[in-house]
Amino acid sequence: MITTRRLLLAAPAVLLLPQASRASPEAMTEAVQAFTRGATVRSGRVAMDISPLVENGNTVPLSVIVDSPMTAENYVRAIAVFNQRNPQPHVITVRLSPRAGRAILATNIRLATSQVLLAVAELSDGSFWSDSTQVVVTLAACVEG
Amino acid sequence: MKRALPILLLAPLCLSASAQERRSGFENMARDTQAMQTDDTANPGMLWVLEGQSLWHQPAGPAAQSCASCHQNTEVSMRGVAARYPAWDEASAAPIDLAGRIAQCRETRQGAPPLARESQGLLSLSAYVGNQSRGLPIAPPADPRMDAAREQGRALYTARRGQLDLSCAQCHDDNAGRRLAGSTIPQAHPTGYPLYRLEWQTLGSLQRRLRGCMTGVRAEPFAYGASEYVAIEAFLASRAQGMALETPAVRP
Amino acid sequence: MARVLINIPAAARRGEIIPIRTLIQHTMETGYRPGADGEVLPRDIIRRFTCTYDGEEVFSAEFSPAIAANPFLSFTLVTTNSGPVVLRWEGDNGFAQTETREITVA
Ligand code: HEC
Ligand code: HEC
Repeated sequence: MITTRRLLLAAPAVLLLPQASRASPEAMTEAVQAFTRGATVRSGRVAMDISPLVENGNTVPLSVIVDSPMTAENYVRAIAVFNQRNPQPHVITVRLSPRAGRAILATNIRLATSQVLLAVAELSDGSFWSDSTQVVVTLAACVEG
Repeated sequence: MKRALPILLLAPLCLSASAQERRSGFENMARDTQAMQTDDTANPGMLWVLEGQSLWHQPAGPAAQSCASCHQNTEVSMRGVAARYPAWDEASAAPIDLAGRIAQCRETRQGAPPLARESQGLLSLSAYVGNQSRGLPIAPPADPRMDAAREQGRALYTARRGQLDLSCAQCHDDNAGRRLAGSTIPQAHPTGYPLYRLEWQTLGSLQRRLRGCMTGVRAEPFAYGASEYVAIEAFLASRAQGMALETPAVRP
Repeated sequence: MARVLINIPAAARRGEIIPIRTLIQHTMETGYRPGADGEVLPRDIIRRFTCTYDGEEVFSAEFSPAIAANPFLSFTLVTTNSGPVVLRWEGDNGFAQTETREITVA
């Protein structure tokens, strides 16, 4: 039998950082407040889809959908995604026009480690909505040194 | 019928791999990673296929010929080619892998500047040629001149190496399906190369993957293009005979 | 020029919501990663993406280093008139690339 300990050969090199330069829950809160300009964020309307168990933090498929009719009177202006434990709390911000048709975004992101992700949407009425999720990132094996 | 049986049993080079159910590394992957591979609009490896397609049509060398000038109708002329490599190379009287063949054709027939192993150009052309065989079964040549290399490859596969003193077989035959750190140990079938590995954040060759497995057990890897790698590639191909090619695959 | 893979339907009905999927070849160097010599590699990322169609910026994105190498983006737009869909990526070290795809709206 192989012992896992002996074979934990190397941690993923990407985004490996001294702890101090990591984002933190506080840094994330600050980044969110900069996006919302201090407005209250309610949970709901936003659905973030990401695998709860990630095989490799270098490329993690993520999608966000916001429940909205996307009409000129009632649409999603922006969607932003934040994280707690990458070097920077901000991941992506997208801005939409009603002519996007749907408030939907899919991309691939990097996750330095297991952490909480937060997606926040700004609606045309000035309200902010969010969804958050915990993601576990497993360590890759046989990583090149 | 009775007399044919022993021959059939002797034919596959790796009995242990054919004894257990063979699974591509694809089947170990999370649903998201599988979806990334199977959707050409999301598979990052397709960027290299596209690059390879443009190189394929680019004139180079003294006669300003492109690959396409000599290999017309790529979908037909290159279909199935990747599935039968490594193959015997008459010119060097030695086995050659697909990347080696492409580099050779470019240098000697096209007369263009050589492409180094693992260069973007060679990876792209390999991905483009490999993609023409996607879905086709791996079909190693019956050529008996390849037998010595396949034997050598098998010997390299079963030899313990490195500070951890582990053979490829100990992980990929004895412990396939078990978890090592966060990864499921695959059966090491060369079904998807060159492929986009998330860990690399780029496309890489089978030789790069083998290098990773060697440094993983803290063994000194061979130099790119070494005959030992080609031998391992030939052995792995014989072990994966009949499995479908996935180029460009995605792996964690 | 970076290689790009763009998936947009060539034709659609007026008012249809169509999906757009894009991949672009870029290392998205984070600015946090040590190179072979141990020195941190300088940041080199795509920072901004825009999609302009029928006189309006329909969708745009600001990327941080947390966007994976070879950025993938998928979003939608509502078709109005036949014409170009203009996709533009801009980033560090003067990176700029514009791709145009014509769409026929009936
Ligand atoms: C001047 C003509 C010429 C040019 C240019 C040329 N090739 Fe070839 N190529 C050949 C010939 C002849 C063969 C041998 C065919 C055979 O053995 O059946 C060959 C063989 C190959 C093979 C192996 C095919 C097989 O069935 O095993 C591959 C792969 C290949 N070439 C790729 C390329 C690539 C990639 C380029 C461009 C970088 C290229 N060739 C440019 C003439 C050319
Ligand atoms: C310590 C266990 C271990 C040893 C020893 C080892 N490997 Fe691996 N190998 C792995 C793991 C784990 C992976 C999958 C890594 C991942 O997906 O992150 C892998 C992946 C592979 C793959 C890729 C399969 C695919 O689906 O693309 C091949 C091929 C391979 N190894 C061949 C070899 C060869 C040949 C050797 C001997 C030179 C070897 N390995 C030694 C653990 C090992």
